[in-house]
Amino acid sequence: MRSKSTQPPVATVLSRTLRSLMLASAFGVAGAALAAPVKVGLALDISGPFAALGAEARAGFALGIKQLGGKLGGQPVEFVQADMAGSPDQAKQLVDRMIQRDKIDLFSGPIGSNIALAVGPTLFAAKVPYLSSNAGPSQFAGAQCNAYFFGTAYQNDQFHEAAGKFAQDRGFKKMVMIAPNYPAGKDALGGAKRQFKGQVADELYTKLGQIDYAAELAQIRAAKPDSIYFFLPGAMGINFIKQFVGAGLSKDITLVTSGFSADEDVIGAVGEPMLGLFNTSHWAHDLDNAANKAFVDAFKKEYNGRYPSVYAAQAYDVILAMDAAVKQAGGNAQNREAVIAALKKANYASTRGSFKYANNHYPIENFYLRVIGKDAQGKITNKTVSTLLTNYGDTYSDKCPMK
Amino acid sequence: MTGILFLEQLLNGLGFGLMLFLLAAGLTLVFGIMDVLNLAHGSLFMSGAYVAAQAHQQSGSFVAAIALAVLVTVVVAALLEVLLMRQLYKRDHLAQVLATFGVILVADDIVKMIWGPSPVMAPTPAALSGPIEIIDGLPYPAYRLVILGAGVLVALALYLLVNHTRVGMRVRAGASDRPMAELMGVHVGRIFNGVFLLGAALAALAGALMGPIVAVQVGMGEQILIPALVVLVIGGIGSVRGAFVAALLVGLVDTIGRAFLPMLLRATLPPATAADLGPLFAEVAMYALMVVVLIFRPSGLFSARA
Repeated sequence: MRSKSTQPPVATVLSRTLRSLMLASAFGVAGAALAAPVKVGLALDISGPFAALGAEARAGFALGIKQLGGKLGGQPVEFVQADMAGSPDQAKQLVDRMIQRDKIDLFSGPIGSNIALAVGPTLFAAKVPYLSSNAGPSQFAGAQCNAYFFGTAYQNDQFHEAAGKFAQDRGFKKMVMIAPNYPAGKDALGGAKRQFKGQVADELYTKLGQIDYAAELAQIRAAKPDSIYFFLPGAMGINFIKQFVGAGLSKDITLVTSGFSADEDVIGAVGEPMLGLFNTSHWAHDLDNAANKAFVDAFKKEYNGRYPSVYAAQAYDVILAMDAAVKQAGGNAQNREAVIAALKKANYASTRGSFKYANNHYPIENFYLRVIGKDAQGKITNKTVSTLLTNYGDTYSDKCPMK
Repeated sequence: MTGILFLEQLLNGLGFGLMLFLLAAGLTLVFGIMDVLNLAHGSLFMSGAYVAAQAHQQSGSFVAAIALAVLVTVVVAALLEVLLMRQLYKRDHLAQVLATFGVILVADDIVKMIWGPSPVMAPTPAALSGPIEIIDGLPYPAYRLVILGAGVLVALALYLLVNHTRVGMRVRAGASDRPMAELMGVHVGRIFNGVFLLGAALAALAGALMGPIVAVQVGMGEQILIPALVVLVIGGIGSVRGAFVAALLVGLVDTIGRAFLPMLLRATLPPATAADLGPLFAEVAMYALMVVVLIFRPSGLFSARA
């Protein structure tokens, strides 16, 4: 290609334009505030094994961002969003890019604990606060805890400890437990066993994303338990419940689960067979507090009247937490110490009600028993039954050196 | 371990294998005859499941839902064939993989636009929702028996079609040596169109049948495509018989790996080691089978070109 000598090369034109643009923007904001826009990296699971959960989280993030007018703590925000398809490798690359190219100030998004563990160290090294909108791996709760990590939602084991307590209170004697073979699966069964004192007849670990559970159901039938504890988030749980009911096991065996396998995404796909299923969660859409009511109403209005799931609530919560932290840090997200100190106070109107962080930056919060029933319109959904655990922390915090 | 448990696991393995066969049969013929690797086959499976779920909910008739699912998917496949696949026949495998992988992404997004990102409900027909006592002490899900029956029927029909009809003879001829078949006056291109649509119909049937027992969700096609490709490789490219034997083998090995391997490990190793190794072995059992087969028969069990 040959250009006329009178015309400057393309590269020069581009760099000139860029320079003038940068100058213009620098002058533009100079009068308002010194801080550059806050950059928030959101790694989403729009495809892959956690696609439905990731879509719910995205709906929650989007609602929070919309309500705040696209600002955090009054500062303009740029959200860097990307899909990492539930793949730890892809997530790692994505986070590297967000840190190096986009220079993000805050991070959130991953659904799976395996992803959280994959991206955590990179973020901590770059001193980017990571507010986990879902995953709460035990690894980051104990000896490897980190000042830049906030398990905003929960610590994995807590959910399952609550379910174990329910099973214990109910007087179940013999239980089979089943979970996928990945970090959160191990946390799940470990947590449930901590509170359930009866006999655990068998522990089954399955492939993440398994489709067919016939082999496991046959083993369960042979073990003759009175209850099953299952932690199979997303589609895995849908497959399992459908096949469990089809196998006729629901007559003699009670299913017990955490809120992950009994939320709106699963209910919509399974329908009637879910009725009467007990499950545990730190949040429910009928939880009685002003922030939650406002959130649920706004969510239903935004998304055709459907109930929000726990993933949407947690994502929304993360946006509120970021907003409060940036505000309390004086609007400067680059002052990381101030942001961390503000995050740690958890001084915002959370949809779960007020809570505190333990020394390891995991919440000390209530866990509730929910049961699936029908609402006033005959729609199948969760109802809160009782509080199982009050101001409940996790079991790893004493191993964490942070104060 | 009782005989009943063993029998039940055997049935489970066969059921899973037959479903894989429905998917792999079309895949192996398309790959065998035209040398086209169609990764979007899983998307046709997903299309079948979604259409059947929707039609079943609205019409209440399961049979009509399956018929509609097959019909719609065949139309989609015909469009795909005309618009895209024809451009790919002469390209190399990398181009085919890239293009059909692109189709997967597009298909997932189209499904997301129509049905949303959350899994949809595919009801089990009421009459088949419970278990049936096959022999004393072994209640087996009625619906899974239907799947077993349907799988066997389709396999039989395919066997008759491929091995005992004139069309089938041409298909086999095209698969084993395409230039020779063309020289002998076989319109391999036209045959391929038919095979492609037949493969799509089988994938849709598998999707419609699997819907009530698995999650009907975006990406379900990719999940099952991987074992289907394993079946393709083990069975030998282009061979329906190979796909059948390999599908049953993969179904059985996968089930045995999940059901009996952990038991065996627990009986022989310390519990902590067994608990760690069991799930690991179960996950790789299918691939281990593939490796063993490839060591002894590099072109698969019954390759049409061997």
